[in-house]
Amino acid sequence: MSTTAEPLVEPAGETRRVRWPMGPWRAVVMGAAVLFVLSLVQNMTAGSDDLTSSGTAGAALRLAVPILLAGLGGLWAERSGVVNIGLEGMMIMGTWFGAWAGFEQGPWQGALYGALGGAIGGLVHAIATVSFGVDHIVSGVAINLLAVGATRYLASEIFVDLPGGGENQSPKVVGSVGKFSVPLLSGGFDTWDPLANVERRNWFFLSDVAGLLNGMTSNVSWLTLIAFGLVAASAWFLWRTPFGLRLRSAGENPVGAETLGVNVYLVKYVAVVMSGAFAGLGGAFLVLEQATIYREGQTAGRGFLGLAAMLFGNWMPGGLALGAGLFGYADALQLRSEESVHALLLFIAMGGGAVALWLGSRRRVVPALVALGIGAAFFVWWMVSDSVDRDIVRMTPYVTTLVVLALATQRTRMPAADGLRWRRRAAV
Amino acid sequence: MSHRSVPVSHEEVDVSEQAGATPAIELVGITKRFPGVVANDGVDLRVETGSLHAIVGENGAGKSTLMKILYGILKPDSGTIRVEGQAVHFRSAKDAIQAGIGMVHQHFQLMDNFTVLENIVLGAEPRRFGATIDFSRARARILELSEQYGLAVDPDVLVEELPVGARQRVEILKVLYRGAHILILDEPTAVLVPHEVQDLFASLADLTDRGVTVVFIDHKLDEVLAHAGRITVMRGGRTITTVTPQEVNAQQLAELMVGSELPKPSTDTDFSPGSAALETRGLTVRSGERLLLDDVDLVVRRGEIVGIAGVEGNGQHELIEALLGLERVDAGSVLLEGSDVTGWSTRERRSAGMSLIPPDRTREGLLLDAPLWENTALGHQTERPYARGLWVDTRGARERAREVVASFDVRTPSVDVPAHALSGGNQQKLIIGREMVMQPKVLIAAHPTRGIDVGAQAAVWEQLRRARRAGLAVLLISADLEELLGLSDVLRVIFRGRLVAQLDPQRVTAELLGSYMTGVGIEATA
Amino acid sequence: MNRDLLRRVAFAVAAPVLALAFSLAVSSFVLSLSGDSAIDAYRLMWEFGTTLESIVVMLNRATPLYIAGIAVAIGFKMNLFNIGVEGQYRIAALIAAWAGAELALPGVINIAFVIIVAMAVGAAWAGGIALLKVTRGVHEVVSSIMLNYISYALISYLLLNYLQLDDESQRIHTRRLDADSRFPTLNSVVELFTRDIRSGFDLNGMLAVAVVVGVLFYVLVFRTRFGYDLRASGANPWAARTSGVDPKRMVIATMLLSGGVAGLIGMPEILGSVHWFSDDLVTNLGFTGIGIALLGRNHPVGIAAAALLFGFLDRSSQILDLEGIPPQIVVIMQGVIIISVVVAYEVVARVRRAYEARETARVDPEAVAPARAGAVT
Repeated sequence: MSTTAEPLVEPAGETRRVRWPMGPWRAVVMGAAVLFVLSLVQNMTAGSDDLTSSGTAGAALRLAVPILLAGLGGLWAERSGVVNIGLEGMMIMGTWFGAWAGFEQGPWQGALYGALGGAIGGLVHAIATVSFGVDHIVSGVAINLLAVGATRYLASEIFVDLPGGGENQSPKVVGSVGKFSVPLLSGGFDTWDPLANVERRNWFFLSDVAGLLNGMTSNVSWLTLIAFGLVAASAWFLWRTPFGLRLRSAGENPVGAETLGVNVYLVKYVAVVMSGAFAGLGGAFLVLEQATIYREGQTAGRGFLGLAAMLFGNWMPGGLALGAGLFGYADALQLRSEESVHALLLFIAMGGGAVALWLGSRRRVVPALVALGIGAAFFVWWMVSDSVDRDIVRMTPYVTTLVVLALATQRTRMPAADGLRWRRRAAV
Repeated sequence: MSHRSVPVSHEEVDVSEQAGATPAIELVGITKRFPGVVANDGVDLRVETGSLHAIVGENGAGKSTLMKILYGILKPDSGTIRVEGQAVHFRSAKDAIQAGIGMVHQHFQLMDNFTVLENIVLGAEPRRFGATIDFSRARARILELSEQYGLAVDPDVLVEELPVGARQRVEILKVLYRGAHILILDEPTAVLVPHEVQDLFASLADLTDRGVTVVFIDHKLDEVLAHAGRITVMRGGRTITTVTPQEVNAQQLAELMVGSELPKPSTDTDFSPGSAALETRGLTVRSGERLLLDDVDLVVRRGEIVGIAGVEGNGQHELIEALLGLERVDAGSVLLEGSDVTGWSTRERRSAGMSLIPPDRTREGLLLDAPLWENTALGHQTERPYARGLWVDTRGARERAREVVASFDVRTPSVDVPAHALSGGNQQKLIIGREMVMQPKVLIAAHPTRGIDVGAQAAVWEQLRRARRAGLAVLLISADLEELLGLSDVLRVIFRGRLVAQLDPQRVTAELLGSYMTGVGIEATA
Repeated sequence: MNRDLLRRVAFAVAAPVLALAFSLAVSSFVLSLSGDSAIDAYRLMWEFGTTLESIVVMLNRATPLYIAGIAVAIGFKMNLFNIGVEGQYRIAALIAAWAGAELALPGVINIAFVIIVAMAVGAAWAGGIALLKVTRGVHEVVSSIMLNYISYALISYLLLNYLQLDDESQRIHTRRLDADSRFPTLNSVVELFTRDIRSGFDLNGMLAVAVVVGVLFYVLVFRTRFGYDLRASGANPWAARTSGVDPKRMVIATMLLSGGVAGLIGMPEILGSVHWFSDDLVTNLGFTGIGIALLGRNHPVGIAAAALLFGFLDRSSQILDLEGIPPQIVVIMQGVIIISVVVAYEVVARVRRAYEARETARVDPEAVAPARAGAVT
């Protein structure tokens, strides 16, 4: 996410490229391995059933969605070459409009208006950066400030007169979008719920897998499904359609794209407005599915976490989903069970050991020792403590992102022209 | 210096096999001006259909500008363009593409993170159901073209992972995919290794066999003579002549490029150089496998101007960076007045008396929005009179700036004017002035008169001569042969990172110089 | 020469003035939508905002904003975005307040100690951003946002578990600074010139410190060798590098300075008014500081004007509530000002560049010369 081209501060070291996401089979195997260790830890520690319970999985999914949508917004914008720091502000717009429409009309309208509210923010950002050539980050910060002010003002004008509303909160949203469960697997439409059955049996590994799957397939809100669907749809749109190809080309080499007749202005505008719409939808989701009201400050940095998930996922939708899922999982675990959080320490310790073995087998001695050291440190931490302080847990998504960035920035594949203040080159 | 007679024609040479056939391209009286320079001055060009037509000329002859006009990126100030008999006006590259013209730039415009297929179809994607990209149809068409013209590519590989020759093939396929039947290639072999060059010309031959017209700009005369069907020589913004390879040899071509009479070298025979001021021993810089600088041994003595001739991109940039300490070297050393400064920082070297006139003044030599007096300090901002201790000495800087402006004839209303408001020539005079006034021990002058008008150029040359008389050691890196021959006491040639020749500017012939610069001489003596 | 000066000043203030005008227009529009009279609102604000007590409050609000603007501006001069100012000032305030109260050195020494600790912590926190950028290539915007959130969590953790004063009060805070470690107010100075200020309105003495910071900023950036290198690196990194500046060292030095100044943002509250750290330390100064720096074009006088403007708007809006006009209109004003000022800068810059090129061409008209070998084609 460079602003102007910065060629000068380049750390030494090779730039080996890593493809992300990895092939599907490899991902499945790695996922299974991770789950295996997780079940192990769950069985070894007391009171940590929530590590792999369906309740946690369900909560994780729900908590991941706003981050996911914000990250999706970031992805659309950055893929077209525009850095969008204003996601937080656009999300805030989404919370306000979502609550207002949700109260006045209904939850579905709330979702729609939330997206529209965010899209307005996106439009402002697009005008400033694409048409006027303002620095992307400056514009994003300005939008964040503006969104806070605008929603505060609107709340004092409109919510104050409504029942249950006030200067910094709205009346309750009426109704909800409804939930969905997969039939035949998770009891949808009153059919069997074999997954829940297996989960109850407490069989090693199998029950854990069943628990996680069950959480992700039963009582899932339709909005959640839509959100994940949007991620898949984005992947299809950006990689399989002509417009998507042109959008991504604007983020890689706008000058070259222009010589081929791509309307770079148009694709950037579309990308940034959509980016705002996604963030707005994420905000609306926060209101509709979690809080049922608008409350000032409820986004709490999720817009930035979305950016972090996007970076974690190397600007790819699959990686983004994984990142959002991880952040949601950590959040869910923390809300539900302190012992489980503590057990996570052991998990990380074992993970560190496994990584050290793998690195050692590739003869990368120093990194292997570092991984071993980290694993050992976490093990000690697990041994000497009973629980992990809330605030420390709060830090984890951000620390994780920093660590990932520190290790992998040189290997990530940012859109080549991200952040470039581009101007159309007309024939001279 | 001998002169051989060369058939110079001022109208088209009617050697076309298809006499009377409509030419693919006909340019008449094309003129294009930029501030301070006329890039194309009444250019006429005729390219026959299905021919492999080369355009040669030194840097600054106007070739790239002409090609950009042909491709619709620039609009000519006057003149007509006819494509296949029809007069055309291009408003943008898109119009040129419509007319069947495709350009392959010297600096590729590819998206590294896209596959070959994605790069080729971008902007002209085949649709399926109107909505999605029809990847299989695209792939089939690409493989078909690839097969037909001998341009082997794998459509599903990321461009990032391809070697340069393969990337070029992608660029060519890009234009062919869009139905181009007139290809323009700008210095296509500049970045290729020998066997890739062979492959390229084989493909170009396939193309012309099938009626595609190919126009290419090239510096390397041996290639041009071996492969082109017709050769047009440009010099000073004009077309000099069009010949076939049967009619000329390399020496004659070189002579045409630089003008059959080489500029007279300086009559300043007062040449008694002192001790070595700047020296490099075994200087080597690598990038991956490629050697950017190859074991360079260079000596510049006090009171001497050493000129380095060479086509751009043969290591001059890396040499400057290595001398100044801006980039690390892989082997070798740099000595300034006998002391080894290889480990010194750039600032230390400059303070010790190494001065630079950078090749790209707006990018590396000036702060465009800052006033002139601040620009005068640039490069020496920690020395007197610009600084005193930790403080900037504004008064000292302004006084010094006024001195420079006066002595070096920088035309400006005041020293508070921002640098971007000055013309190129005055900017350059300022840069030279600020370096000279610090009384350096060594001056590295890179393209010192690039892009400036005649009057400023003469002034700059006079300054350099004066400094040399006073004992300054000057390393002159330039693509302007008149400048090199007129100023240098010793002339060296750089080619592919090596110093391949040491020549006497009083005695060197155009053909010899040209051959060393373009690598012909190497093969001859190998 | 006078006309030239006038013209330069005009170009300099054109964008902020345009932005202010545009923002007033937008706010008037919004107010009219909700049926309120914009003229009345502005008049009320002006009358209320220019009373002596209001001026005191305005200055108090402006002081930390000013310091924040300077902190951000240091980074901006080098094209670095220190968005981490928010986290830097909070954690600096926590540690400094705790250290100052626990160590309880005598009087003035303690005040100096607190200030030094605050600057050191702020610099260290910003240094992390610089290190990540220089060694691992992590972009400073991302790392500073992450570090902000880490700092909030860290502050909460430290405060709750280690640094708070174990007393019976509801609020969580560090021990209070001793009476002689508190920065004196400036009321007596003001009262030399005007009438007595009503009680309850104390002009924070850190205003003087803010002025000093501004002066030092000006001197550093515009009068020292380091400042020259800083501005050159921001204006043209390639030219700066060629002129001998080490880009990595520049990044580190700039972030350390920026963080150090950021550490001072919380000091007016800690040393001047509240005298302890609690988690209702005023928030958002870091982000607003970015806006202030933009509005003030990274110039110490401009930033002062911007800080005063925002302080005035904040204070004068308090009267609006009494008339049933939501005071938040002012927050909208501030947001609109920021976004329109950056747009206006781009526009004004283009106009100015064209004008300057024309002016100098008149002095040195160029003959169009025939092509020279060596010319760029």
